[in-house]
Amino acid sequence: MNQSEWPLWEVFIRSKQGLDHKHVGSLHAADATMAVQNARDVYTRRLEGVSIWVVESKHIHASNPDDSEAFFDPAADKVYRHPTFYEVPDSIKHM
Amino acid sequence: MEPTLAPTATPAAAPRPLFPFVLQLADASLILAHRLSEWCGHGPVLEQDLALANIALDLLGESRSYYQYAAELEGQGRTEDDLAYLRSAVEYRNPLLVEQPNGDFAHTIVRQFLFDNFHYHLLRALKDGPDAQLAAIAEKSVKEAAYHLKWSSEWVIRLGDGTDESRKRLDKAIAKLWRFGGELTTPTEAEKALQAAGLVPDYATLQPAMQAHAEHVFAEATVPLPTAVFPQLGGKTGRHSEHLGYLLSELQYMQRAYPGLTW
Repeated sequence: MNQSEWPLWEVFIRSKQGLDHKHVGSLHAADATMAVQNARDVYTRRLEGVSIWVVESKHIHASNPDDSEAFFDPAADKVYRHPTFYEVPDSIKHM
Repeated sequence: MEPTLAPTATPAAAPRPLFPFVLQLADASLILAHRLSEWCGHGPVLEQDLALANIALDLLGESRSYYQYAAELEGQGRTEDDLAYLRSAVEYRNPLLVEQPNGDFAHTIVRQFLFDNFHYHLLRALKDGPDAQLAAIAEKSVKEAAYHLKWSSEWVIRLGDGTDESRKRLDKAIAKLWRFGGELTTPTEAEKALQAAGLVPDYATLQPAMQAHAEHVFAEATVPLPTAVFPQLGGKTGRHSEHLGYLLSELQYMQRAYPGLTW
């Protein structure tokens, strides 16, 4: 690891109309306050968002692409897990 | 026998009272924006290159609002561009602080902190002031100024309470630049007249908040706040340092080389 580089942070932004924070990129900063300010300067110049989350990259744990087959393929053919077999009665308006 | 001048057909109307003050605000923001733009592409890290450019653009946009209003107040048909680009150095009314060179990042931060601490508190007062146009400009600009003050304050803290190197550089920058802070809150004769008329806030009313903020920031930065520094004055009355001449030769080059240039 390069000791003279500031820690890397992942940046998530929620847009004005959005409900969830989306990953938009990463930046280097010395601490969390700087990371949020830097994210504001770099990733919200064009009003891309109204809320910022930053997480140090080392705290993000991701699934291993080599495990994709075992992790995700089995879900592809289990139609009974989808809630599509219920017949909703007509009298129920807002389902 | 002495020659006499023919009387002019219609005497030009005098500029409205706020004109010199609005021009002063415009010049301060323009010159500081220009200094910050000199960092573009040369920032210490990518994120700060962007931050400095963003602040420069904010200040430039703000100066346009002031120049447009100033041109209107002057009432002699000059435009914002005439005022911004075609005056000589002695006609500019920015304080000495903003024409100081960028130096290293610590110098830029100290200069910015001194400016922002005053600018933010001034805008807060102006947005509730009696002049509707100035209040409108201040209302929009104060949000940008709030962020600038936060940004420069956080950097004073990081540099002061950072490494030995950052602390050494911050100390040098403070020793060099603190003398230029006083001019911001020292009213000129013109400003005093406007303050007496209630058009410009009394800077003494801004100072408690400015002092409290500076004390808080410097305490966190573990840096002693300078006291009893004799203020360097002159910029607001047109007595500038050498720096402004060089700065204007770059700033004004295009307008002077290609008069009336349009895209």
